[in-house]
Amino acid sequence: MSKEIIYTISIYTENNIGLLNRVSAIFQRRHINIESINSSISEIENVTKWTILVEVTEEQMKKVIGQIEKQVEVIRAYYHTDDEIIYQESCLFKMKSDLLFETPQIQNIIKENNAQLVTVNKDFFVIEKSGRKEEIETLYNALNTYEILQFTRAGRIAVSKERMEISKMLNLFNA
Amino acid sequence: MKETQTINKQKEDLSSTKRLSGAEAIIKCLLAEGVDTIFGYPGGAIMPLYDKLYGYQNQLKHVLTRHEQGATHAAQGYARISGKCGVVTATSGPGATNLVTGLADAQIDSTPMVCITGQVASHLLGTDAFQETDIVGISTPVTKWNHQITKAADIPSVLAKAFYIAKSGRPGPVLIDITKDAQFEEFDFSYQKCNHIRSYVPVPETKSGSIKAAAELINNAKKPLIVWGQGVILGEAEAEFKAVIEKAGIPSAWTILGASALETSHDLNVGMVGMHGNYAPNKLTNECDVLIAIGMRFDDRVTGDLSRYASQAKVIHFEIDPAEVNKNVKADVAVLGNVKDTLAKLLPEINATNHNAWLQEFKDLYAIELEKVINDDLKPEVAEITMAEVIEQINIQTDAKAAIVSDVGQHQMVACRYAKFKETKSNITSGGLGTMGFALPAAIGAKIAEPNREVVAIIGDGGYQMTIQELGTIFQTKTPVKIVVLNNEFLGMVRQWQQLFFDKRYASTEMVNPNFVKIAEGYSIEAKKVVKREDLAQAVEDMIKSKDAYFLEVMVGKENNVFPMIPTGASVSEIRLE
Repeated sequence: MSKEIIYTISIYTENNIGLLNRVSAIFQRRHINIESINSSISEIENVTKWTILVEVTEEQMKKVIGQIEKQVEVIRAYYHTDDEIIYQESCLFKMKSDLLFETPQIQNIIKENNAQLVTVNKDFFVIEKSGRKEEIETLYNALNTYEILQFTRAGRIAVSKERMEISKMLNLFNA
Repeated sequence: MKETQTINKQKEDLSSTKRLSGAEAIIKCLLAEGVDTIFGYPGGAIMPLYDKLYGYQNQLKHVLTRHEQGATHAAQGYARISGKCGVVTATSGPGATNLVTGLADAQIDSTPMVCITGQVASHLLGTDAFQETDIVGISTPVTKWNHQITKAADIPSVLAKAFYIAKSGRPGPVLIDITKDAQFEEFDFSYQKCNHIRSYVPVPETKSGSIKAAAELINNAKKPLIVWGQGVILGEAEAEFKAVIEKAGIPSAWTILGASALETSHDLNVGMVGMHGNYAPNKLTNECDVLIAIGMRFDDRVTGDLSRYASQAKVIHFEIDPAEVNKNVKADVAVLGNVKDTLAKLLPEINATNHNAWLQEFKDLYAIELEKVINDDLKPEVAEITMAEVIEQINIQTDAKAAIVSDVGQHQMVACRYAKFKETKSNITSGGLGTMGFALPAAIGAKIAEPNREVVAIIGDGGYQMTIQELGTIFQTKTPVKIVVLNNEFLGMVRQWQQLFFDKRYASTEMVNPNFVKIAEGYSIEAKKVVKREDLAQAVEDMIKSKDAYFLEVMVGKENNVFPMIPTGASVSEIRLE
């Protein structure tokens, strides 16, 4: 049995109601947990792109991709290892404003981690950070020594280093 | 001149569109797809459609089943015997959820079926309205495609897609949920068949070189074995298949859904693979040098322990669904495409030869099975009737031309093992899902699709009672199906497992049954019960000669087991004869 690793899946689909349910059921049925999921528009008009993160073996990954591509409204699905993609994750921290003014280290942490101050008011301030998974973890650990009121993290988004020739494929379909 | 043409064109366009309600549009779509029969059950949310159906009774026959599950299995039987798409209509809520078993069955057995459900009015969606259920959500994992319509104008294009998806490529069930307001709404109707969806590739491209690579392996094989499945039947590739096996002289075995694609009596037909299949093809799967899988998917009931399945052999997989390749068994050569096409291309590439010595090995092992199992099944020395004797009588009385519709359990395995087939599409059974209760409604659908064929349902006493209400459908529609219940007063297959693997602890498998003959007679179906062997032949003859529906109950040995058998977790070559 090969090792379980993190794969980033890119799925190009039609933008139809219920399709996400159909695709997520493929993971559920095989008892695979989705680490993160993102749905957005893509470089092609009327084509949606999903980015899904899962931890599975390569053999499992291939079979799951086969099942995903089999769905009528899925145009194409790919899977990548981390070194085959450029990816970003982003997160938000909400903290008490007193900390910002009374604890100088906070400002240093923001600077050192290349994070952004999104908003400051008299009660709280919000920090935003985009980067790789480890960078966000580092920032989290640094801030976690103080009180974090709220923390949230968005699903991974990624582009592949290799070409994904969806437009070409769609032109062929439409020919 | 040009202007006149444009005006004429516009006139034409206007005449081809017509203002219709959504409900009537559904009927027009069905007629445009060549549908002549639908199976269904009315209810609140589908009433607009049923109201319009009233006016189309001479064009569209509606078969009122006694339960929506019965409608799905009837549609499956209709599809499996005819190759056409089965159509089901049902209402929302419980009407829709009652379709789920049939959808799951059709999905796993690749049966083309379109189910149309009514749904509460669109302004009530998500309000927990009366008989509202999220049938699109519920049916997602058991459909090839599904969709909800809330606007009448979407009906033609969505139904066109539904039929295209259900029938094309690897077929499967599609569910279309239509809100009640969309059925009432009027719009300008026009219909165009669907033959292309940009994100959907029904038949994958055959990779260049894969046919030649397959042919090379086949031409160099010393001990080739073919295992074919339903793909040969669904692809209507029976002739191409036969041409290939005859030219290359390859012993060929079948999965239960592949049965009847090649006549049973063919010299190269070496029987059934799998858990209760024949001795020779199971045993020799682990001795062949090239295993050629054609339109089959290596189900666990076929392969037994995967790690010890044909591991010595090179594997060639002819398959229409790319997701099946390398799913269970790794293919050395995968030939994607419709087998009708790929087998036709393979034929000129393979050498004409025979493998007589290898074929003889199958015959030698058959002789062992004959002595240890088959003789006891067909010519038993005990007083109790065996299931196989009944099947054999049906073979004799129907000249092996009947379509056998079997349920699930011991009788199903016996029916598949002993039925002799001369015509394709003659073995209709619930393979992948193993749905007890399938046979009675499926037989009704099959007989309605092919009224000139003899249709015999073979059912156990357990499965019969799961959909026994469909006797009402037979009574009302006067569909002349022949029903054989093989009664061992047990849930026989589970009892067999309890005997072999659970220390004979017969937990909840003994059945105390009602008077089945009286029940059939209550529906005015002629009925007979046979207890003694000497009455069997005459009873089967009477049943087959009857022009009407007929019910025959045969009391069989209570604790007979089905052999051969590959126990769970064992390898195919560890198949047991006793």
